[in-house]
Amino acid sequence: MAEGLSSTQTPAEGRGPLDATSLRFRDDDPVLDPAVTVDAFTAQGNAVAVRIEPGDDVRELLPSLDRLALVEINFPTFGDGRGYSAARILREAGYRGELRAVGDVLVDQIAYLRRCGFDAFAPEAPLDPDDVAAALDRFPHVYQPAADERNPIWNLRHGKGEELRDE
Amino acid sequence: MYLYDQYDQAMVDARVAEFRDQCQRRIDGKLTEDQFKPLRLMNGLYLQLHAYMLRVAVPYGTLKSTQMHALADIADKYDRGYGHFTTRQNIQYNWIKLEDAGDILADLAKVEMHAIQTSGNCIRNISSDHFAGAAADEVADPRPYAELLRQWSSFHPEFSYLPRKFKICVIASDRDRAAMKLHDIGIQIVRNDAGELGAAFYVGGGMGRTPMIAPLIRDFVPLDQLITYAEACLRVYNRYGRRDNKYKARIKILVHELGAAEYTRQVEEEFAHLLDQGVEPPFAELKRIRTFFEDPAFAQSSAAEIDRSDPDFALWVDRNTHPHKVEGYTSAVISLKPVGGIPGDASAEQMHLMADLAKDYSFDELRVMHTQNIVLPHVAKSDLHALWTALEDAGLGSPNLDTVEDIIACPGLDYCSLANARSIPVAQKISERFAATGKTAALGELKLKISGCINACGHHHAGHIGILGVDRKGVENYQLLLGGSEAEDTALAKITGPGFSEDGIVDAVEKAADVYLSAREDGERFLDTYRRIGMAPFKEALYG
Repeated sequence: MAEGLSSTQTPAEGRGPLDATSLRFRDDDPVLDPAVTVDAFTAQGNAVAVRIEPGDDVRELLPSLDRLALVEINFPTFGDGRGYSAARILREAGYRGELRAVGDVLVDQIAYLRRCGFDAFAPEAPLDPDDVAAALDRFPHVYQPAADERNPIWNLRHGKGEELRDE
Repeated sequence: MYLYDQYDQAMVDARVAEFRDQCQRRIDGKLTEDQFKPLRLMNGLYLQLHAYMLRVAVPYGTLKSTQMHALADIADKYDRGYGHFTTRQNIQYNWIKLEDAGDILADLAKVEMHAIQTSGNCIRNISSDHFAGAAADEVADPRPYAELLRQWSSFHPEFSYLPRKFKICVIASDRDRAAMKLHDIGIQIVRNDAGELGAAFYVGGGMGRTPMIAPLIRDFVPLDQLITYAEACLRVYNRYGRRDNKYKARIKILVHELGAAEYTRQVEEEFAHLLDQGVEPPFAELKRIRTFFEDPAFAQSSAAEIDRSDPDFALWVDRNTHPHKVEGYTSAVISLKPVGGIPGDASAEQMHLMADLAKDYSFDELRVMHTQNIVLPHVAKSDLHALWTALEDAGLGSPNLDTVEDIIACPGLDYCSLANARSIPVAQKISERFAATGKTAALGELKLKISGCINACGHHHAGHIGILGVDRKGVENYQLLLGGSEAEDTALAKITGPGFSEDGIVDAVEKAADVYLSAREDGERFLDTYRRIGMAPFKEALYG
């Protein structure tokens, strides 16, 4: 079982009503509100879902995190890695809502995206659930901390951070 | 030598399985070539002009003999019996079949090696001083910090799709033997007034088509904040480095466009934030790593005098050894620059021999130099003659370190699909010319570097003499540059004027060398004379 998948929710079962190809790693219901741009979000006062483009400064959202239920981060091309930093910054600031990767999201990026705090995926092209499960299961350890709960090798070597794993 | 534990081994083994799976999905058509390309690149696999090239990581250039033997076996089994040591202290094989790549990675994993992140827009192999842990002038061995950075940067989830490739170098002496300020991040381990070790960060250097020398952005990062500071440097780059033009995507352009002060301000702000995020490894890990780099069991009273009665041996000792921190020892350089040879190439047979010599004479350790030679770092002076004799017998005894024959050259148009011109034949002709005229000795230290295109893999910007191959209306043409330095007095070479033909560039290099020989004052190297007299006398000789 891949790290982060609860026993009641495999990627296949996690396909919510978003669309046929989505993957979710959350137990709550998907947010169905349309995501608005950062400009629209900061101008309006009532949107609960926002969509981050690669050039946006995600820190503009930090004063309003408590009213956000969904942040979509768009990957126009899989090689544009700005969304990885955006995701980690949101999680470091304490954002607990849904963090959804959309766009050119491929199976070989899923594990890194999960580590950066994404817990939902709506790729343009369908992903094979078996490939996703294999990708998430591939590496038995991680070398460095990120936005997930995995305890890095340098902690395991020195008996640190075990309490995280017991949660 | 750093040794893997079960964690390191499990990660490398997983990578082999992952790559085999990716290859299978490519074959099954689940991955397009565009999608597969960055994945194979992050495992060091390039498509060149004639075949695939596989680049294998040699972390901070350090190898033990079993690893060198394994590299030789790969050359025999999967390539054409040779390998090419690179300016990033790695080795690459030029004639690889894609279907063998998984098996090669599996063979490498058996000797704690891999090709992880030797290409692609990610943090590349960490380079270091090839005399690390042996040189007399270091404040510490820089390799434990390089190893910590290796672990941190391996499979980094945030920094694997950077705007462009990212190269980090760590040294620990004021003498720079690793071109530290020509890296995306150059780190110098220093000792402050309180006697504590820390890291000076130079960020935004690089060669390529827009060469820049990295400015100092922080003079002292405490060692227990090293990784956090590096993370801050990378995050600012990942967020704001240019992605609209691959030729302007390196961090040097970001630092240049923002200005070093503004880039530093943003890094410091991110650093302050990250200090609370727990990204720093426990200090116990740095201590653990250091234990792998403790001194070998040097003999207490090794003979300090070398018998210099054989003049050929004495010349090799003068040219190819470097002062060691321990009395009675020296670091010996094995030149991979035989006259008329291909710079950096070694046959499987030579690799096996170098491995055996390392086991017999250098506490089982070898280093790859960024100048494409091999170092045996810890040789007892009493063993030097036996070592030299074995090297001579194998054609590895060229006494030409740092001379005009010790040329850095990229693979060029003989292999590389990016190249505009061939580099290797030019290097061969130049070393043959100077060997034939006997001027090599008179010229002394003269660093000559050749690139076959403006991407500058052959470091031409940093050569005392640099050569840049260009395409002029379909004909290979070579520009001459003078005055560069990769050392602590880092400087970028300047172009002399119009380019030359393949034979013309060999004549031009000789003319420039002659200007130096007639103008030099006592003790001056080529570079010193150039700095004193300027470009004009050279131009006069070349074009007048």
